[in-house]
Amino acid sequence: MTSPEPLAISLSGITKAFPGVLANDNISLDFRPGEIHALLGENGAGKSTLIGILSGMQQPDAGSISVRGQRVRVTSPKAALKLGIGTVYQHVLLIPSLTVLENLMLGAPWWKVCDRDGAQKRFEELSQLLSTDLDPDVPVGRLSLGQQQQVEIIRALWHGELVLILDEPTSMLTPQGVHELGQVIRRLRDHGVAVIFITHKLGEAYELADCISVLRQGRVVGHLGKDEKARLSEEEVTEAVVAMMFGLEKATAAETEVAQGDAKLPHEGPAPLTQEGPPLVALQDATSQGQSGECPLRGASFQIWPGEVLGIAGVDGNGQKHLAEILSGQRPLAAGRLTLAGQDVSHGGVAARRRAGVRYITDERMGEGTVAAHPVSVNLVMKEIGQPPFWRWGLTQKGKVRDFATDKIGDHDIRTPSERTPIGRLSGGNIQKVLLAREMAPDAKLVIFNKPTYGLDLHNTLRARAWIREGAGAKAAAIVVISNELDELRETCHRIAVMYQGRIVGIVDNATTSETEIGRLMTGAEVA
Amino acid sequence: MSALLTEAFIGSLIFGALTAGIPLLLAGLGEQISEKAGVLNIGLEGMMLFGAYAGFAVAYSYSSFTIGFLAGGLAGLATACLMALLCVVWSMNQIVVGIALTLGAEGLTALLHHFQFSRSYPRLPKAETLPLPGLSELPVVGGALFDRNLLVYLAILLTVFMVWVFNRTQLGLNLQAAGDKPAALDAAGVSVKGTRFAAVLCTGFLGGLGGAYMSMVGGGLFLPFMTGGAGFIAIVLAMLARGHPLWVLIGAVLFGVSLSLATALQVAGVNIPTDVIQMLPFAMVILVLIIFARHSYLPPALGIPYHRGER
Repeated sequence: MTSPEPLAISLSGITKAFPGVLANDNISLDFRPGEIHALLGENGAGKSTLIGILSGMQQPDAGSISVRGQRVRVTSPKAALKLGIGTVYQHVLLIPSLTVLENLMLGAPWWKVCDRDGAQKRFEELSQLLSTDLDPDVPVGRLSLGQQQQVEIIRALWHGELVLILDEPTSMLTPQGVHELGQVIRRLRDHGVAVIFITHKLGEAYELADCISVLRQGRVVGHLGKDEKARLSEEEVTEAVVAMMFGLEKATAAETEVAQGDAKLPHEGPAPLTQEGPPLVALQDATSQGQSGECPLRGASFQIWPGEVLGIAGVDGNGQKHLAEILSGQRPLAAGRLTLAGQDVSHGGVAARRRAGVRYITDERMGEGTVAAHPVSVNLVMKEIGQPPFWRWGLTQKGKVRDFATDKIGDHDIRTPSERTPIGRLSGGNIQKVLLAREMAPDAKLVIFNKPTYGLDLHNTLRARAWIREGAGAKAAAIVVISNELDELRETCHRIAVMYQGRIVGIVDNATTSETEIGRLMTGAEVA
Repeated sequence: MSALLTEAFIGSLIFGALTAGIPLLLAGLGEQISEKAGVLNIGLEGMMLFGAYAGFAVAYSYSSFTIGFLAGGLAGLATACLMALLCVVWSMNQIVVGIALTLGAEGLTALLHHFQFSRSYPRLPKAETLPLPGLSELPVVGGALFDRNLLVYLAILLTVFMVWVFNRTQLGLNLQAAGDKPAALDAAGVSVKGTRFAAVLCTGFLGGLGGAYMSMVGGGLFLPFMTGGAGFIAIVLAMLARGHPLWVLIGAVLFGVSLSLATALQVAGVNIPTDVIQMLPFAMVILVLIIFARHSYLPPALGIPYHRGER
């Protein structure tokens, strides 16, 4: 029952190489109007490159693109917009200081006076099509991430409603936000837009898409058509897609489990725990001072018992960064108290906290986590700089550092050419292993993980989560996991605390609370 | 101290304030355009110097102020073209290039001055003024404010024009986007490099014009290093103005007053060493920075070359 109407976009033989990587290898795909087409693949499968090529940000080395049957070259983002191909990128690409309408007007010929009336009209048209309710005169910086995404969708459709590309659109959204997004893109599909939806989450692809294509190592390794997908049950689709994602024989039980986990099958949390004795860590009414644009803590309190994993959920930018920095000693407490094993450690910086048994695995692996140009070995002792046994009389004890590093590299299976290799050359997963190795200590009392699996592939994600569940290499430490992926917290934590605008608006038991309820807390619905 | 309140003193103070303030206003407005677009133009001082030299030299040979001003603006524009090529197109470090341009301009104009003018020190005649009917008849302020060169009025009108451009036009949106989030502008289909290139050219033209005003109207002659840091003061003005042209105007007048105080106090015969008086504008810069710099707003992408695909 394939309709004779022309394809919205057809790709044939698209190939793009970067130094050392073949990002897209002879990709051919068809996108039809009125169809939601999911592109599924792990990190590094070549999804982003393909989007870059479709949106005119990058040029393919070989291959051709046809729009409505006409062969075209998409030489720039402007050319893409003119063809009716609109893209919503993973990272918000709006100017926070400009209003919604001003952001939408961006791109008209520069010599013109802003056509506010015309823009207002088009805005209302598209708002109606999407059935969204946005104030056009509010600076974009004041909108929630979900609303900003709606603005981006409106902008992507501004010059025509042929193709809408969404790059990992759900990564910043609450469960409710994802639901609303689903409604919006279904309306667009019914209006005849070809929607291309990039994700690495199988569950979302199943729920939202009409057909699914799977990318692996730059190639299209499988396709599930509209009719086929409609015929199969969710389990069958999951199974088929997992087989495509990893190659049929290679899919291990664990990989299937993770992929299915994303498909919203029941989660397995950590082993149950009884809270005995006094809490190991207690944070009381912690507040912090932030610069404009940051969300400070506005009175956060929680307690953690030995061996317990506490998850911090919340949409990005609700004070998680400050919380991590306050716990690790990188940021002073403006008010409040932090006690660790009965001792008040509210004052004192990173070194003092470290002596007290605090370990912090940052989310900024390349920023504050490591020094890219320094060798792996020095990065492994980065937090002991100047201290014996690695330093004596101000001189580096190279032998000691090297021996320590080779031990750690062996213990943690860090894949590096040698301990002298600059850490910036390693993959994200291996850099993460270096951080884990550095922060691991059997006598640690508090271990903080900030977005521990951000940017990691499935294997390393799995490994990191298992590591957290097993207590992060410490005996009966209190563990804090900060993440905006609810799945991750469901898998690793005993209790989940939800942050909203610098406050902890609720702490719930992981095993007995539904995702919807946590989602409601995340939007601040419970806050008076 | 009653001498300070005489008509002569106030008149010369206002007259001098405007004379010293106009180059700052022109250069500051120019700098504001390129800063808005994300290019920190440290070479402004050099552009002003080239403008000052070219404006004077051309006005002197052709005996025409109009052609002189045009030449000054174009000299600044040409310097800016080099700056834009290096910093915007080839993504070189804006600070290094800016300093190099300024040092180069100082050396080159001093050399040219040495060969052309150092023996005769020629002077231009007093610039023609355009008295505004009625207003120029006012006592005390009339002559100082409303009997000035056409460029003075144009510079003040330019301030208003820029407010309109920033708030009402696509160009204003593009400039702000290029400085705040260039990737967003690129995604909207507008060339970031093109926008920045044009912005730097505007800066150059206005800086050159400011320099030409200094040599042709302010002094009536060209001297080596005659801009004396005015370009850097203009950069500070643009930064403190947080993207609002009217604040550049206010700042330019403020600095103009402190610059002209030196002359005015001498006219009034106040017994303070001239060195102390000449220090005033720079003490003012430091004071203003201490008081207001905390609130200065700079576009997030200021000084960072744009590469498509990097975020």
